[in-house]
Amino acid sequence: MRKVRFSVYRYNPETDAKPYMQDYEIEVGPNDVKLLDVIVKLKAQDDTLAFRRSCREGICGSDAMNINGKNGLACITNIADLAEPITLRPLPGLPVIRDLIVDMTQFFKQYHSIKPYVVNDTPPPERERLQSPEDRKELDGLYECILCACCSTSCPSFWWNPDKFVGPAGLLAAYRFIADTRDEATNERLDNLEDPYRLFRCHTIMNCVDVCPKGLNPTRAIGKIKDLLVRRAV
Amino acid sequence: MSVPVRRFDAVIVGGGGAGLRAALQLSEAGLNTAVLSKVFPTRSHTVAAQGGISASLGNVQEDRWEWHMYDTVKGSDWLGDQDAIEFMCRKAPEAVIELEHFGMPFDRLENGKIYQRPFGGHTQNNGKTPVQRACAAADRTGHAMLHTLYQRNVRANTQFFVEWMALDLIRDSEGDVVGVTALEMETGEIFILHAKAVLFATGGAGRIYAASTNAFINTGDGLGMCVRAGIPLEDMEFWQFHPTGVAGAGVLITEGVRGEGGILLNSNGERFMERYAPNLKDLAPRDFVSRSMELEVLEGRGCGPNKDYVLLKLDHLGPDIIKQRLPGIREIAMKFAGVDPIKDPIPVIPTCHYMMGGIPTNYRGEVVVPKGDEPESRVNGFYAAGECACASVHGANRLGTNSLLDLVVFGKSAGDHMIQFIKNEMPTWKELPADAADRSLARVARLDGQTGGEEVPEVRAAMQRTVQSRAGVFRNSANLQQGVEEIKQVAERVKRTQIKDKSKVFNTARVEALELDNLIEVAVATLISAEARKESRGAHAHDDYQHRDDDNWMKHTLYYGETRQLTYKPVHTKPLSVDYIPPKERTF
Ligand SMILES: Cc1cc2nc3c(=O)[nH]c(=O)nc-3n(C[C@H](O)[C@H](O)[C@H](O)COP(=O)(O)OP(=O)(O)OC[C@H]3O[C@@H](n4cnc5c(N)ncnc54)[C@H](O)[C@@H]3O)c2cc1C
Ligand code: SF4
Ligand code: SF4
Ligand code: FES
Repeated sequence: MRKVRFSVYRYNPETDAKPYMQDYEIEVGPNDVKLLDVIVKLKAQDDTLAFRRSCREGICGSDAMNINGKNGLACITNIADLAEPITLRPLPGLPVIRDLIVDMTQFFKQYHSIKPYVVNDTPPPERERLQSPEDRKELDGLYECILCACCSTSCPSFWWNPDKFVGPAGLLAAYRFIADTRDEATNERLDNLEDPYRLFRCHTIMNCVDVCPKGLNPTRAIGKIKDLLVRRAV
Repeated sequence: MSVPVRRFDAVIVGGGGAGLRAALQLSEAGLNTAVLSKVFPTRSHTVAAQGGISASLGNVQEDRWEWHMYDTVKGSDWLGDQDAIEFMCRKAPEAVIELEHFGMPFDRLENGKIYQRPFGGHTQNNGKTPVQRACAAADRTGHAMLHTLYQRNVRANTQFFVEWMALDLIRDSEGDVVGVTALEMETGEIFILHAKAVLFATGGAGRIYAASTNAFINTGDGLGMCVRAGIPLEDMEFWQFHPTGVAGAGVLITEGVRGEGGILLNSNGERFMERYAPNLKDLAPRDFVSRSMELEVLEGRGCGPNKDYVLLKLDHLGPDIIKQRLPGIREIAMKFAGVDPIKDPIPVIPTCHYMMGGIPTNYRGEVVVPKGDEPESRVNGFYAAGECACASVHGANRLGTNSLLDLVVFGKSAGDHMIQFIKNEMPTWKELPADAADRSLARVARLDGQTGGEEVPEVRAAMQRTVQSRAGVFRNSANLQQGVEEIKQVAERVKRTQIKDKSKVFNTARVEALELDNLIEVAVATLISAEARKESRGAHAHDDYQHRDDDNWMKHTLYYGETRQLTYKPVHTKPLSVDYIPPKERTF
């Protein structure tokens, strides 16, 4: 057992005029390996602390938060790797509902705006649409996104224009459908993004790549969309 | 106190695979449908499914739905209903093809068809040789499927109520279901959702166990709501222990690892499954493998300092296969077991994984309960699908990859039958009873007023310890009787839990307390049902009754919460079109 110090962003709109940082100290045992394990323990000590969590294995995207200044998932962050006091804040740039819980409406609105589904108006064959393993490989590094928003909420362009800039997660998804050989709407998708804000607010700052807990690379996907637009223009 | 009422044609509680598949059906039919979920839909636990979804596509080897049906019946240890099993296995190919057409990113074979891998208990020719039937998107099949279904619902303009928690089922004086009450977490307000038909797709309840592959949110809410509304639960003694949970962490390592050629080793380095299942070896069904592993550990051949786990070895597959087919597993092994499976084996133990029992339904997705002489009379307006439902296709033991299939086949079937019911039988809404919200209001008021009670995490842990130690892989009479007494005591403690947070906005302490109300109903049902079943069948392995007893026990358990009494109903032995598959001894 050792003691670990925390500094946690607290805000409850019903009782707090403004947000504040609260200090905690908690005993951490050999079974408390991940940050989420310890936050769950903190909640047992103080049940007013609010945060989202579900799968506890890095696949549902619920527990994205700002951990010692960097966005990440609490459930796959090792507690032993964190400098103390461990500072937890909600994801930056989105309105805070309470404590570590942010309002993700704007994030999902952008995701929905890229038409995140395969568009194919050709009547489907009786069996599967065929796709070669090479063509399927094009989707790797794209389809695995868990919509945690670590990337978009670390992107300065998204902070300034969350209503106009699609953001890295949405653009990664846009490219996922462009890259799918079964999708027939590449042109409409490119039209939808050919805009000074929607796509071109990305200035290749790479924060998104740095934080993605699934090791995905939105910047590369954005670059590919830009290439397609250039190629289409000539 | 007046509670705001909102009206819909249909209300679906649950945004996992089953709820989303049903929602698609209803939205596309133009019905005004509300889908409630405690979490954003893509965060539902379907997202964690790894290995695959079964269908006899025959893309790699010859396969037939009849063989799939045989395997499922045998896997269920003859407790599955053969009409529902036939329905599911026949529909499997079209259900998977449909997912592909929706855009699901399946892995592909050289010829462009969907990739299929072997999985436990799936065979050719009624048990002869393993067959590649599991359609897979790497080891992220659930993620690929759930996101695809969500995306398709975006296209269909489905109305989502995200972070809304259903609290109770509303039934009128005739027993018909007319809606649910629900808590909007962000505001803390309670609503009545008035509907012509309600579907429960609330998923599993693995959190009744201390060690589980399930998410925090898998708290059996649908089952708890049923018990409080007088609807029985079916076959609650049957819980699947997955052979390969990461020792200590509980996180799952898919059976697909063994499908791709991984093997289990004891402390002597012996591939012990060859001894227990000479034919299918490491790919025998889960109940069988889990028991074999426990025996190895009990007999002193476990690994590690405490000799309490076995090893899953896959380095011999080579880095390419591991990186291409099992990338998620490698990630999990490195993060949660601290080993890179390309070099070292993963420590694993059988871990609670799946609830075979649930809300009694038929293959149409209708909830059915005994009434008079009829063992299965429809509850008007009420449907259930997915892990919370018991159709029963999984019987006493589910085969891997049959759950994802169950979600889409029965999600769609329930959706279709809801549409028919609403169009043909429910031109307008039935009246809400005057006390529609009373039970929920009382539960919340109790929490708001309670002082000096026990904390929720403490009581929840007591429940989990009890279930874990009394209803594990191997069971016996003395232990189960003790378990029934203990869990009843825990249930009394649940009634007096207190939370310190009395605020309204996103009060997750309140949510956890309300979830515990549901978990405890599931836990009590589990122990009482298990204590009563005096035989061994599928996942219910009883030391004092080591054999299956078809004469006395080939029947479904029904547990009633109000009286804590059990009744039984017959297994459906008549398939829809093919011949009955009579019981045989289950060897592999
Ligand atoms: C780690 C893991 C791996 C698995 N791998 C496979 C596999 O490879 N193949 C296979 O076939 N099966 C697999 N399974 C089993 C399968 O994934 C599950 O049985 C299935 O996904 C359950 O789906 P569902 O739609 O019934 O429920 P879930 O996906 O759990 O969804 C439940 C939904 O209900 C909502 N909900 C619950 N309570 C309430 C409430 N009170 N109010 C509002 N909403 C509520 C939740 O928010 C959620 O949206 C796996 C299971 C696990 C745990
Ligand atoms: S690379 Fe583009 S999207 Fe990513 S953080 Fe930078 S500006 Fe944002
Ligand atoms: S791209 Fe990565 S960081 Fe961004 S939402 Fe997806 S998983 Fe999260
Ligand atoms: S809890 Fe699901 S990603 Fe962390």
